[in-house]
Amino acid sequence: MLDDTDRRILRQLLADPDADNATLADRAGVTAATLWRRLERLRERGVLRAVETRIDWRALGYAVEVSLRFTLDKTEPRAFDAFTAAARAVPEVTEIQTFLGSVDIRLSVIARDMAHWQQVYRDRILPLPHVTDIEPLMLVSTLKDSSELPL
Amino acid sequence: MIDLDDTDRAMLRLLAADATQGAAEIGRGVGLTQPAAWRRIRRLTDAGVLAGRRIVVDRAALGFTVTVFLGVRLAAKGRLDLDAFERAASAIPEVQTIQHVLGRFDYRLRIVARDIPDFERILRRRIMTLPAVGQVEANVVLSEEHRPGPLG
Repeated sequence: MLDDTDRRILRQLLADPDADNATLADRAGVTAATLWRRLERLRERGVLRAVETRIDWRALGYAVEVSLRFTLDKTEPRAFDAFTAAARAVPEVTEIQTFLGSVDIRLSVIARDMAHWQQVYRDRILPLPHVTDIEPLMLVSTLKDSSELPL
Repeated sequence: MIDLDDTDRAMLRLLAADATQGAAEIGRGVGLTQPAAWRRIRRLTDAGVLAGRRIVVDRAALGFTVTVFLGVRLAAKGRLDLDAFERAASAIPEVQTIQHVLGRFDYRLRIVARDIPDFERILRRRIMTLPAVGQVEANVVLSEEHRPGPLG
């Protein structure tokens, strides 16, 4: 499976995703060629799934972000699938998680301002199917957001 | 705040899915020359829209099979309590995300663990001992997806 070199490379990559390959190679103590080969192999094996770009929605005028926690009607066997499919069709939804716990599904929803939020909430969120309870947590600030793993 | 046209939105969709593409590839994807694509990427970067890279790994393949979202309510809510909680929580390596929120909880935390016993250890030894920590609710993540958002 993974050896120490792979782990060292992944640790450095996760700690600083914006570092260029030369810097990463240096920090992981490998040559640029080794780094490239190892990353390629990690990609092929599906360990490294993607390098995505984070979009700062605030810079695009979306000042409001709300975490909505849903409880679904579990007597309805298709509740999860129907809810998830409908939530995917809402453009303002940026994240969907399903849970084992007192909450069934969580959505991150963004809006330009409170007036827009109200409109999204009424027109797009409230019609979502099989919902028995909704609880909002409004984002004030993000203090830490990292993909780092304690490898 | 900057205005986007359809080409900008198409480029953002491509970049959001794969940050490793250069201006030439992105340009090909949206029908622009490399210099024209580069100028637009530069403009989006300068406006702060492109906020860095996110590495997506198969956490289970790396030995982290459990992701948990915690809702945390503080027992005391002075400014110093918030500062102390945030500082201590940020230092925990298993805590990936900390968000200050308004609602039934004061903070949302995202935690990675090797397995359920490892999560229990983190919860007991690291989370429940945080300064000012009160009620804690844990929900284990079963599935997760990032959506492109309003770029359509």
